Amino acid sequence: MDALDIKLLRDFRKLALQGLAIAVVLACGVAILLTAFGMHRALIDTRSAYYERNRFADIFVETRRAPLRLLDDIRAIAGVIAAEPRVQGMAVLDLPDRVDLAMGQLLSWPSGNDPLLNEPILRRGLPPERAGEVMVSDAFARANDFDIGDGFFANINGQRRALIITGTAVSPEFIYTIGPGALMPDNAGFGILWLPEAEMAAAFDMSGAFNHLSLSLSRGTQPEDVTARLDALLDPYGGLGAYGRDGQLSDSFVATEIDQLRAMAVVVPPVFFVISAFLVGMVMSRIVSLERAQIGLLKALGYPDGRIALHYLLLAGLIALLGVALGWGAGSMLARAMAGQYAQFFDFPYLIFRVPAWVYGMSGLAALATTMAGALRAALMAARLPPAIAMQPPAPPAFRHTMADRVMAHLALNQTSIMIWRSVIRWPVRSALTALGLGAATAAVIASGFMFGALDRIIDLAFNQSYRQDAMILLAGEVPDTALADIRRLPGVIQAEAQQFHAVTLRHGPREKRVSIEARPAGADLSRVIGTDGRAVDPAPGGILLSDRLARQLELGVGDPVEVVFHTGPRETHDMIVAGLVAQYFGLGAYVEIGEIDRLFRRSARMSVANVLIDPDAMGALHAALQGMPMSAGLIEMTRNRQSFQDTIRENVVVVNTVYAVIAVLITVGVAYNAARIQMSERARELASLRIMGFSRAEVSFVLVGETMVIALIAQPAGWVMGTAIARALSRGFTSDLYAIPLVLEPANFAWASLVVLAASLGSVLVVRRRIDRMDLVGVMKTRE
Amino acid sequence: MSPPPQIVFRTEGLTKVYVTGGIRLHALAGIDLALYRGEIAVLLGPSGSGKSTLLNILGGLDHATSGHVWFRDLELTGLGDRALTRYRRDHVGFVFQFYNLVASLSARENVQLVTDVARDPMDAAEALDRVGLGARRDHFPSELSGGEQQRVAIARAIAKRPEVLLCDEPTGALDSKTGVAVLEVLAEINASLGTTTVVITHNAAIRAMAHRVIRFADGKIADVAVNDTRLSPQDISW
Repeated sequence: MDALDIKLLRDFRKLALQGLAIAVVLACGVAILLTAFGMHRALIDTRSAYYERNRFADIFVETRRAPLRLLDDIRAIAGVIAAEPRVQGMAVLDLPDRVDLAMGQLLSWPSGNDPLLNEPILRRGLPPERAGEVMVSDAFARANDFDIGDGFFANINGQRRALIITGTAVSPEFIYTIGPGALMPDNAGFGILWLPEAEMAAAFDMSGAFNHLSLSLSRGTQPEDVTARLDALLDPYGGLGAYGRDGQLSDSFVATEIDQLRAMAVVVPPVFFVISAFLVGMVMSRIVSLERAQIGLLKALGYPDGRIALHYLLLAGLIALLGVALGWGAGSMLARAMAGQYAQFFDFPYLIFRVPAWVYGMSGLAALATTMAGALRAALMAARLPPAIAMQPPAPPAFRHTMADRVMAHLALNQTSIMIWRSVIRWPVRSALTALGLGAATAAVIASGFMFGALDRIIDLAFNQSYRQDAMILLAGEVPDTALADIRRLPGVIQAEAQQFHAVTLRHGPREKRVSIEARPAGADLSRVIGTDGRAVDPAPGGILLSDRLARQLELGVGDPVEVVFHTGPRETHDMIVAGLVAQYFGLGAYVEIGEIDRLFRRSARMSVANVLIDPDAMGALHAALQGMPMSAGLIEMTRNRQSFQDTIRENVVVVNTVYAVIAVLITVGVAYNAARIQMSERARELASLRIMGFSRAEVSFVLVGETMVIALIAQPAGWVMGTAIARALSRGFTSDLYAIPLVLEPANFAWASLVVLAASLGSVLVVRRRIDRMDLVGVMKTRE
Repeated sequence: MSPPPQIVFRTEGLTKVYVTGGIRLHALAGIDLALYRGEIAVLLGPSGSGKSTLLNILGGLDHATSGHVWFRDLELTGLGDRALTRYRRDHVGFVFQFYNLVASLSARENVQLVTDVARDPMDAAEALDRVGLGARRDHFPSELSGGEQQRVAIARAIAKRPEVLLCDEPTGALDSKTGVAVLEVLAEINASLGTTTVVITHNAAIRAMAHRVIRFADGKIADVAVNDTRLSPQDISW
């Protein structure tokens, strides 16, 4: 180790606190990059391995009832490799030790062979073989503490059946499982049930027929060509329109998560890298100017310019290494926590939730490169310093009279305040960058805080204004609306309203979208549609209401005609007029008046769902009555949805907000502490002079604290603007077909963000301020700068 | 017959011991001294002889290890940090070798630093006029020569009408001609305001302008010489 290396290590040790403050900011970037990008890769790899090994289908379609002989024609479609028909249906479940209704999605299990496509992986036991046997999704079994051999009852197509569990499985079709109408996965209340083919066919009257089909395509086949042929073949049999993986519920949730991780990996880490590069640049420039004489000496001794530049780059490199080490540590923990979260929401058969080694390398190199780049200017400055000039003291920084002087004269500021402002104005780039760094911290808090407001808005709109029913009773198919009278007589039901759901494709020119239309009576009170103006609206006769996001996707406005292809009822296509737009955060909704549907379908009034208000005390009795009611296919409890949604999201929001507040504090400390240290070092003589002239510690501290706080204050409006922009970008980024996050920013968001950052700035500068107390007045004055 | 001179500073057995790396260094080894109102006292002596230490203790920048210092009736050796700050603010003006101006304040604003907080200051413009810099009062330190910067520093020191002016190598960073100009300012201030002026210097030539010359060696006063015939700064050169 030569002398310069020893100096390097000693300098680094002297720089410990400042270096640490920068390293922590850098570490945030590394940790987030590692986690977001690593998880992004891991999810993609895990998903593709799972899909590949278990032959996840490319095309899916539901029909009312199609004959199995159609399969030959379907398999003959160019590009189709395999076609897997099955019978599926919903059932209300009566589980031992559970008062509330549970629901199950029933799937037929082929006799003899395992399914060709969407092959489940057995976790325990065996697939069902005989009538009365069932294999259940693993998460459902775990949530309900089921063992092989346990039993429960199911109301299958109006018949109560006892089922015995023979095995548990996970399936690539159900990585993310969510029950009908639910907002969050509820593994105890909703499960996937595989029953023997013969039993399903008998129960749903599907002998020699199927109502769900999965296809796999050869590589390079255009899915659109296949779906068009498939829809044509299935149309006479009640085909509901084929869709690809992007329309498959489980896959679209996983895909949304992958996209969000990608967005996070791309957007967030560069912010941290840039801030730490700027901090390193600032600190290194100061060190180089403090070490002018030493640099001159080294050059006089014969060290080449490159070696000196390298010396300062390596010093920055050591800070980067510290940051990378911290970032790797924190990132690994964060990734593990995230993998834990995924394990809770996603059912993968194997855990490949490990950040790939190359992502570690990539994040480390990125951090190292940006930090060195930040130090480059200072290193070049050192390299270019002519030795003779380096050994002379630097001239005092030149100040000039500016416009601001007139303002300050007008305000009759005292001299210490003038010192603060002149310094801020004298180094505008440095002040601006410092303000930008602190603004970024404010922005981080705002960008995370907006989720709180957004959530309140979502919950208010969804639960207080739109979906005000306590529960939805799902009926087995469409029944005459006289059933409403029966439902009103059920125990605990206070009020009931009819509703229908219809699968449709909306077309507008070349744009089309598969959605579900909700049809409800005019003036419905329980399940309402809220217009963008915040008032309840009813669709006009012949009109359709669209959620604003759906209208945007289809490029439709109020008054435009839209082609509605019904996949239900008589399967006709009708033109309707867009009667209005509604604000909506879940799904892509479309609404018509219930009578309009019956008129279009030329039939008497029907209903498939009853929205009900329930006396909470009679809940148990209602569940019991529904379990024995053939007409009912399930019960969706909105109150329970609401609660679990609020609990889960609130918990996440609190965690996320805390994380961001901590990140904001780390950024602030990194920026404010270093800015104050540099100021302290530059101003040491001035501050000592003031002390000698008889200024008190408080008066002298005012200069140091004042400048940092002035910049922190200037940073706030910038932070608000940046925060709003980031929040808007996040809100856009989080918006998918599944849900939308509105941009809700209240004055309180801004106030809180500024409070966090100003408090952290003050804390950082007060730590530096203690150096004023320890200042050696005599020593400072005697030494030449 | 003139009245007996008023004593401004009085020290008794003043001792300052620095302990560095286990070695005890007697910077001041029992100093008994009186400094009088209106006099210019030049402290001479080699590096480490204790003159700066004495000046710092007189100026309230440092604490004595033992012994006593009085400024008039105020015993400085008993004062805490806050009271010493007050003392410096009200009574003492400092001039240093390296001017120590605030770079971001103009000449006048540097003086205003003091006049804003002093009890009975002169006008900042007047202070600058006294040092001959009235015309350059709006210049920043970077726009002034070394001698001019030192004169601003003196204007800043005298603007509060201090009773004592403590100067540590005030000409140390200046060439002979500029140095003489600075000394002229000090002499003029002393003559017109009656400010007790203590000047530390390595430069033996400067002693010619003093009322008394106090020579230090090894932390002690080696001798005190009264100057019967003082020279005006113009007549001094080095």
